[in-house]
Amino acid sequence: MIELRNVSKWYGDFQVLDDCSTMVSKGEVVVVCGPSGSGKSTLIKCVNGLEEFQKGEIQFDGISVGNKKTDLPKLRSKIGMVFQNFELYPHLSVVNNIKLAQLKVLKRSKEEADHKTIQLLERVGLADQSLKFPAQLSGGQQQRVAIARALAMDPIAMLFDEPTSALDPEMINEVLDVMVELAKDGMTMMVVTHEMGFARRVAKRIIFMDEGRIEEDCSTDEFFDSQRGVRAEAFLSKILHH
Amino acid sequence: MFDQFDTNVILENLHFLIAGMQLTLLLTVAAICGGLVLGTLLALARLSGFWILSLISSTYVNFFRSMPLILVIFWFYFLVPLILGQPVGGYYSVLIAFVLFEAAYYCEIIRAGIQSVRKGQVYAGQAVGLNYFQNMRYIVLPQAFRNMVPVLLTQAIILFQDTSLVYVVGVKDFLVSADLVANRENRILEMFTTVACVYLIMCLSGSILIRKLQRRYAL
Ligand SMILES: Nc1ncnc2c1ncn2[C@@H]1O[C@H](COP(=O)(O)OP(=O)(O)O)[C@@H](O)[C@H]1O
Ligand SMILES: [Mg+2]
Repeated sequence: MIELRNVSKWYGDFQVLDDCSTMVSKGEVVVVCGPSGSGKSTLIKCVNGLEEFQKGEIQFDGISVGNKKTDLPKLRSKIGMVFQNFELYPHLSVVNNIKLAQLKVLKRSKEEADHKTIQLLERVGLADQSLKFPAQLSGGQQQRVAIARALAMDPIAMLFDEPTSALDPEMINEVLDVMVELAKDGMTMMVVTHEMGFARRVAKRIIFMDEGRIEEDCSTDEFFDSQRGVRAEAFLSKILHH
Repeated sequence: MFDQFDTNVILENLHFLIAGMQLTLLLTVAAICGGLVLGTLLALARLSGFWILSLISSTYVNFFRSMPLILVIFWFYFLVPLILGQPVGGYYSVLIAFVLFEAAYYCEIIRAGIQSVRKGQVYAGQAVGLNYFQNMRYIVLPQAFRNMVPVLLTQAIILFQDTSLVYVVGVKDFLVSADLVANRENRILEMFTTVACVYLIMCLSGSILIRKLQRRYAL
């Protein structure tokens, strides 16, 4: 469903992505990890065209993301994205955060959008918060609304960029639980995270990035059975030991 | 001298002064609205990433910001009827002058406002499939305007005072009306003191309102 072939990207002289290739098949959950600044966010933003890349090819559901002729807004409406800092629209209530794109992009009727919104808020356990504004919610609640907002578009794949790393520890699980449910429902997911428990439970493959390169791309079992390289080893021991 | 201070002259000509104030306020509000619309378009052009649009916008802004307002008012008073081929009257020519002049300042304010919206919000709008204009309309501009409210209101107060410059082309705003009364009734001191007090009270309440808004909404 998602296919990256030899993707490279530069910011001026600085190469952020160096010849990255990988694949995420339908229904697969793939976790991306690696040290800060290694290019994980950039990579995942290239998948739905939020960032441009200069070399290589990305296909989503058979459509070339880098092609100038591709209708990016339409493509993006089929890919849900969840950000590290939630990025709920602060000037809109929870309901309107979830409804906006349903109305403006999918052109759903008000009734349809309302129905879908209530359904999703129940699914993420926030039906009673619908009229609040983002600033009135806890981080964990905001991130669950953000997931609901993405799901409202009936996406065929979901991208997560460190969805729990801005959360207080006690709120991490409420978000991970929603994500685990999604994975069990067969959603195709590409997840940047350092939550190795989550990775072990639901990920089929793990990608390890360092300095813009994909250093490891192996099954979850292989990754945790210490067949990983030295850099991944060093990284993993750092995040598991604190 | 102050025992001759005659308040009756104010009351007797009140309707006349109020009509002048109405014109002043109308001009201010119309210039703000027109200036905001044009200023927003200019700001979007400036940030569009198309060099030609951004060059047009920045040339426009630099041009009007280099001109004294009073010159623009004078100039348009003669220019607008020429361009339109018919007389339009002082009011419309100064209105056009104010809209074009204010737009240059609003453009810079709005540009800064748009740039104050975090990149993540732009991404979040794009990620759900909003196109460029929808993203601007529903996500970026509402947040930008919210951030800009104090500066925009401050600019509105300056504009409110600047509208008094229309006296140069004989448009009867508040100040000109008061001047007419002052000369007709020979009550110069009373009238100008009143005018000063009215400007003072209105601008001061405006500034206080802005400060309250800022505190209430943490703008
Ligand atoms: N807009 C940008 N301009 C220049 N450099 C950037 C920009 N965005 C990110 N970078 C750089 O690219 C590298 C990768 O960033 P990022 O993808 O955010 O890494 P990660 O998500 O793995 O922490 C970092 O070194 C970062 O400083
Ligand atoms: Mg990142």
